[in-house]
Amino acid sequence: MKPAPFEYHAPTEVAEAVRLLASYGDEGRALAGGQSLVPLLNLRLARPKAIIDLNRIESLAYHRLEGDVLVVGALCRQRDLERDPAVLARCAAIADALPLIGHLGIRNRGTVVGSLAHADPAAEWPLLAMLFDAELVAEGSGGRRSIRAADFFKGAFSTALDPGEILVEARFQLPPEGAGTAFVEVARRHGDFALGAAGAVVAGDDVRLALGGFDSVPLRVAPDPEAAPSAVNPVDDIHAPAAYRRRLAGALARRALELAKERAR
Amino acid sequence: MTLADFLRGELGLTGTHLGCEHGVCGACTVLIDGASARSCLTLAVQAAGHEVTTIEGLGTPENPHPLMRAFSEMHGLQCGFCTPGFIVSAFEYLREHPQPNREEMRRDLSGNICRCTGYVKIFASIERAAELMSS
Ligand SMILES: Cc1cc2nc3c(=O)[nH]c(=O)nc-3n(C[C@H](O)[C@H](O)[C@H](O)COP(=O)(O)OP(=O)(O)OC[C@H]3O[C@@H](n4cnc5c(N)ncnc54)[C@H](O)[C@@H]3O)c2cc1C
Ligand code: FES
Ligand code: FES
Repeated sequence: MKPAPFEYHAPTEVAEAVRLLASYGDEGRALAGGQSLVPLLNLRLARPKAIIDLNRIESLAYHRLEGDVLVVGALCRQRDLERDPAVLARCAAIADALPLIGHLGIRNRGTVVGSLAHADPAAEWPLLAMLFDAELVAEGSGGRRSIRAADFFKGAFSTALDPGEILVEARFQLPPEGAGTAFVEVARRHGDFALGAAGAVVAGDDVRLALGGFDSVPLRVAPDPEAAPSAVNPVDDIHAPAAYRRRLAGALARRALELAKERAR
Repeated sequence: MTLADFLRGELGLTGTHLGCEHGVCGACTVLIDGASARSCLTLAVQAAGHEVTTIEGLGTPENPHPLMRAFSEMHGLQCGFCTPGFIVSAFEYLREHPQPNREEMRRDLSGNICRCTGYVKIFASIERAAELMSS
């Protein structure tokens, strides 16, 4: 239950972090809030040669609303958004989702961007990124590039980031003011990863549905609760059988769409 | 080295307990710059330049924090393994909600697990501490 030895670097600039990460190739790992990576280190499921700690890069600790875009820097903690009334008021789905993510002490440290980079199939932020067509900004030795959420999630815990690349910012394109949004999920206990989750947007003719926890990546699907069970491909595991999960997809889709519709003005 | 191992092994501050060492139980909760965090998921080196508050920093046997008094009065512990983590988390909770309510407490303290008490007396203790602190 103790990490294997690793080299540790705590750069203060993004360029330095990128250079360090690139110098280790596959054997270097970025460290943000540590709420997913450190458990893996402690259990020795991850044994990187080097950890590049991003926590001293002050320029990455920000978030702001730029018109309809919620811009989140790589060191923005999940709790920073939870404490910002402007963000909670601007997007109900985000306000719904935040308290469901782990526990308060986890959100005090864990970052939004770290959750996207980690790409857990049942995590809330990847689903929100799909729902809001997020643009994810990566920086590597070749410079910056922007990746659409739909192209970013490649599989469970697998993303389009290249070794040596750092995710510096996520840009969530929120629907216009007055649109209804909602996020609902079912978990065994409060704070557990969800068995399944759904996010919805109702903005006039623009009606959207995203489902997470059912497949290896969150999916955008037709906004139709009747069709949702056949839009997902869940597996049986110790937590729930696939047949239950299919029904859950339909139920969550209905709840999310109804709630978003109620909230639309 | 994790912050938890540094606190316990190097500094001898064994009030911070280690249950699961992978972020699930909350026994190792400390405050970093006033915000609760799991010391098993923080590296000791990351604490450099930050203020870390452990259970020892909240009160002593001679001069207990109102939360400590209340846990003892109201039987908020049995084996006591989870208690330091609960008290540190409850300290943060009461700072933000001086008038506790059970719904909020359930939500904000969901990251601390107790295998003995069934939680009811823990919540009663936190309510009692709020009374002590307001009087
Ligand atoms: C008990 C417990 C319960 C939890 N429950 C939930 C839950 O219900 N829902 C949920 O979504 N999450 C949950 N989490 C995880 C938590 O939200 C994490 O904080 C989050 O998934 C990862 O963010 P982090 O900043 O901690 O990343 P880290 O743990 O630091 O990193 C995670 C991974 O992403 C990589 N990474 C991080 N930042 C970057 C970056 N900027 N660029 C490139 N790569 C990067 C790291 O190299 C690592 O591989 C839980 C965690 C715990 C311990
Ligand atoms: S020992 Fe840190 S959360 Fe269990
Ligand atoms: S009192 Fe024994 S674990 Fe809580």
